[in-house]
Amino acid sequence: MTAAGGENGARMVGASRLGLLSLLGFGYAFLYLPILVLMVWSFNKSRLVVIWGGLSTRWYGVLAHDPRFLDAAWLSLKVAATSATLALVLGTLAAVALVRFGDFRGRNLFMALIAAPLVMPDVIIGLALLLMFVALGQTVGWPSQRGFTTLVIAHATIAMTYVAVVVRARLGQMDHSLEEAAMDLGARPAKAFALITLPLLAPSLAAGWLLAFTLSLDDVVVAQFVTGPGATTLPIEVFSSVRMGVSPEINALGTIIVLVVAVGILAAWRLMRARA
Amino acid sequence: MSGGRANLWGARLVVALPFLWLALFFLAPFLIVAAISLSHARIGIPPYEPVVVWRHHWPAANITFNNFARLFRDDLYVAAYFGSLKIAAISTLLCLGLGYPMALAIARARPDRRNLLLMLVILPFWTSFLIRVYAWMGILKDQGLLNLLLKSLGIIHHSLVILDTPTAVYIGIVYSYLPFMILPLYATLERQDPALLEAAADLGARPWRTFLSVTLPLSFPGIVAGCLLVFIPAVGEYVIPDLLGGSGSNMLGKALWDVFALDRDWPTASALAVALLVALIVPLALLQRLQRRLARTVEAGS
Repeated sequence: MTAAGGENGARMVGASRLGLLSLLGFGYAFLYLPILVLMVWSFNKSRLVVIWGGLSTRWYGVLAHDPRFLDAAWLSLKVAATSATLALVLGTLAAVALVRFGDFRGRNLFMALIAAPLVMPDVIIGLALLLMFVALGQTVGWPSQRGFTTLVIAHATIAMTYVAVVVRARLGQMDHSLEEAAMDLGARPAKAFALITLPLLAPSLAAGWLLAFTLSLDDVVVAQFVTGPGATTLPIEVFSSVRMGVSPEINALGTIIVLVVAVGILAAWRLMRARA
Repeated sequence: MSGGRANLWGARLVVALPFLWLALFFLAPFLIVAAISLSHARIGIPPYEPVVVWRHHWPAANITFNNFARLFRDDLYVAAYFGSLKIAAISTLLCLGLGYPMALAIARARPDRRNLLLMLVILPFWTSFLIRVYAWMGILKDQGLLNLLLKSLGIIHHSLVILDTPTAVYIGIVYSYLPFMILPLYATLERQDPALLEAAADLGARPWRTFLSVTLPLSFPGIVAGCLLVFIPAVGEYVIPDLLGGSGSNMLGKALWDVFALDRDWPTASALAVALLVALIVPLALLQRLQRRLARTVEAGS
């Protein structure tokens, strides 16, 4: 590529553009092919995961009658819904505190506490929370056992910081004058916020809740630390069976999870675009 | 005025509730980890001795630095420490190598297509991380699909061993963290003024030269942010080396879990967590500064 001159220059633009586009295509293939392969192979009749034994939904049937996965999935959904709701409340309060109450004592510490869980490795958060729960159990007798409650607390703590970031971004852009007008007309701040600002925030709140819900459903590392006997979440169940190797049942389960999430995200995306 | 006082209390509550929650369930746990990393291990529940004991009616420290000394003495931990840093660094560079052209291509795409292209990058991030890592197991194993494909094309005759090697860990990390690299890169690339590129071209710069002297330097904050967002979680990664790296893979996150769950040695696990945090302090501080600077420029711009 040492040629000079206008015409060659234009051709090089074309060549580098082609290079960029093919790398983009490679990137998307890299991101999506493994999942597609998994989905196709989940319909394989054979137990041997390398031999194609014909099209079948056999493994979906096996999965539907496996109480291990059903119980774990039910627990995971309960934990995800509860922790996402808690995270939504705490995260929104945190966002309001940061945007509306400008300078308060300890603001820098607060900002650091909100930013840290976003990037902290899961193993550290998991170990730290577990040791905290054990220490609390030893000193104040609560939590007496680990399971649903400790899972919810752990996931809400991590997810509230994500919610805070999402809501804070929207709240920071919003026009404050409507709320002020309501207060001038005699509404208390809490009422003005609930009636004016909350409805305007709704898309961000929905996005935050969904993010918190997905994070909880997806977490295996922190959950492994903070859960106790008898409370196995779906990712923990999947992880322990995946460590034994590739299995057709997990292929089927993975396909269901991916499809449910994809449909949910696309629906949420379309809903938000329709509103905007 | 009673209303004003109620408002003040309301405002305090709004700040206090999330603050106290994070102090109790995020800050305090870290202090406990630090304390237990200095405690004596014992067999029992919990498997460590209290760090403060009463001696002759006075509190006395009951601490030891043996847990940290063990980390330095044991070659396994030293190897895990540098192994984690090396694997994370190489994966970050690979991520940058693939993520930069992708981000650039999206930023230079037609404006009405950019959102969709970006959405396609983010979408996998929302679907199960565990399932996506697992999907690679079926592809990379000895009788996996990649070997099957390469053999049937006649490119290789003997199976390549990829699963349970560092290569598989690199693939897994790049695959899982690619969106974290692309998003900040795209944010800086998309904001660049196209007039700058035209000016460079008008002055006779070739595309490569324009890229090296205009596009690349201007996207530097995005490069740093993307690299930190990949590097930091990759250093502590546990699921990917466990599933794809096999028993030979040696990373801190995996070592921490093994010490905690298999050996039930909580003081050493805590010392490992402190060591992991120390390794991450510089990148974490850099990220914090960068984010504050980016936030300021965004606020100033809008």
